[in-house]
Amino acid sequence: MGTIAVELPVPKGTTGLRRRRVVGSLALLLTLLAAVVVSLAVGARGLGPAEVWHGLTAPPDTDRRLTEIRLIVQTVRVPRTVLAVVAGVALGVGGALIQGYTRNPIADTGLLGVNSGASFAVVAVIAVFGFDDPFQYVWFAFLGAAVAGVVVFGLASIGRGAGNPLTLALAGQGVTVFLAAVTTAVALSDQASLNALRFWNAGSVAGVGYGVIWPVSAFIAAGLVLALATLPALNLLNLGEDVARGLGVNIAVSRTVGIVAITLLAGAATAACGPIAFLGLMVAHVARHLTGPDYRWLVPYAGLLGAIVLLVCDIAGRLLVRPGELDAGVVVALLGAPFFAVLVWRGKFKNA
Amino acid sequence: MNGAEVKPGGATPADVRPVALAPGVRFGRVSFVWRPWMVCVTLLLGAATFLVFCLSIGVGDFPIGLPQVVATILGRGEQVDEFVIMDLRMPRALIGVVVGVALGVAGAITQSVARNPLASPDILGITGGAGAVAVFLVTVTGGTTAAVVNSVGLSGAALAGGLGTGLLVYFLAWRRGVDGFRLILIGISVSAVMEAITTWLLVQADIRDVARAQAWLIGSLDNRSWDDIRVALWCTLVLVAVVAGAAFQFKPLHLGDEVAAGLGVRYTRVRAVLLLCGVLLAGVAVSAAGPVPFVALVAPQVAMRLVRCPTPPMVASGMVGALLLTGADLVARTALPITLPVGVVTAVIGGPFLVYLLVRANVR
Repeated sequence: MGTIAVELPVPKGTTGLRRRRVVGSLALLLTLLAAVVVSLAVGARGLGPAEVWHGLTAPPDTDRRLTEIRLIVQTVRVPRTVLAVVAGVALGVGGALIQGYTRNPIADTGLLGVNSGASFAVVAVIAVFGFDDPFQYVWFAFLGAAVAGVVVFGLASIGRGAGNPLTLALAGQGVTVFLAAVTTAVALSDQASLNALRFWNAGSVAGVGYGVIWPVSAFIAAGLVLALATLPALNLLNLGEDVARGLGVNIAVSRTVGIVAITLLAGAATAACGPIAFLGLMVAHVARHLTGPDYRWLVPYAGLLGAIVLLVCDIAGRLLVRPGELDAGVVVALLGAPFFAVLVWRGKFKNA
Repeated sequence: MNGAEVKPGGATPADVRPVALAPGVRFGRVSFVWRPWMVCVTLLLGAATFLVFCLSIGVGDFPIGLPQVVATILGRGEQVDEFVIMDLRMPRALIGVVVGVALGVAGAITQSVARNPLASPDILGITGGAGAVAVFLVTVTGGTTAAVVNSVGLSGAALAGGLGTGLLVYFLAWRRGVDGFRLILIGISVSAVMEAITTWLLVQADIRDVARAQAWLIGSLDNRSWDDIRVALWCTLVLVAVVAGAAFQFKPLHLGDEVAAGLGVRYTRVRAVLLLCGVLLAGVAVSAAGPVPFVALVAPQVAMRLVRCPTPPMVASGMVGALLLTGADLVARTALPITLPVGVVTAVIGGPFLVYLLVRANVR
């Protein structure tokens, strides 16, 4: 029996695309690594590679100069870098997810009201309990962010307006302005709150210790696991609800898991760093440009890009206005807003 | 009535009443549709505003009854009342009305031009730009020159900042004409830049300046004198007159550019003139009272519903704005033991209103 070898036609672009995606993610990882090294070295006091290495590895010793370097690296630069990476991944993944679930290219985690919810909670607990340590109020910020996020998402998904890009923007805007007003009212009557608010509001990855970073990272890790688990369903959802239902996706469950993941990611990042706008939106668009619409690739790319952009913005903030510092959130906004404007101008967003 | 869907002025076809039912009135070259309901509602709004205005004047450490207030305003009051009312309380109440009218009309214009209920001056970046410039002045020049800045400079600079940002947004959004959706998105991004700058200025500044800037940033009518309101009053009157003139040309724009052109409207020019007036009105309002949130967004939407008009009505929007702001200021001064900035109250009213619009539009 002569067998006829049938070669299945492999779509020409597929292997190339796969290779490009793998190479691309390796390149992003290398870039991130380089950014981490630079972040450890650059600052009010520049350090050479050898000094950074010493600072990372040196045990407490008697040499005063080395101890000082160790102090700078281990208690200032490393936490700052770790937080930028963790928060960047969270905001990037959160941004890509929220754009996927709302099918809304303008969606940004800031739009969900998480920023205003977190600010309100921070100001309220400082005014009421007199907390002055971020470790104390980060939990309330997280709670506020989560509640605001769920409320906005809930409002935006009532009835038939759920699919409209402007619905989420409107709901987010309504809740944000309301909370911002109440926040201002509290802050104006309590100077300690006002002082905390203005620093927290700028969006900074500096000055937060491990006591905050570890728990926040745990929440973000949980959010990432949920996010990864929901990606196949998200791909199907983007074919349309009817198609997804036909292919066996439980839409309600998948949406809920998605919202929980987004809230964990954005809420935890915002609680630790303050509001950082445009980052999620920006990297989700770049990631989509690089990988195409497959969320199994798009979301990890967005996470890596988020970490790189936030870290680079933080480094740039340290260098731009020496001897002062620009907060990372301010640099991200200054970069992200023009980026957004260019997307608008090139007609990337369509009116529904 | 519809927050979520983007239609001219936020109206759904069901709200558009058949025009043929309304009789027309013509004076020479000027003609308009006679709508008794609209006139009645607008007059009622005016009366309500006057009532709240008088109530607001009467409230304070030295309470004055409503009859005395009215008598004094009409020039037949007692000497003591006259001093308290005309010199101390009138400027504050009057600036509430002026700013309210300016914001209401500005909101009606921007919402009509962008054909989107979201398009208020807050979102188009005008207030954000004004805020950034004002905060720059307060924080960078610091307390030493604050006295000079306080009198004229702050208002003027805020006006320039608002106008500059409005023009920037308009030109950035220009691409073979201005599309409402693009205008809003560009506005959002420019606002974000202005907010980032404001935030950074606040981080750098001395905490006492920050409190001052923060109070200004939420919008407040505190401590106004006659000098403060003169400029705002005249600017608003002139601009509203221009808007009233241009509004005749504007109505057909809701039918679409082609139809408007067919009816003999030079639509690009009319739209540019009106938008400029809207930006200036918003700038005047912000320079007088700070970026009071939500009045420009809410007033036209409320006016549309009261007047039962498919597009934001200019005059009624101004009246609703005045009523809203005067009422909010009254609440801000009397509701709690401490005096709140008026912007806190308008936001507390406006946020839920926006959510209500959204939910109602969606469940219907």
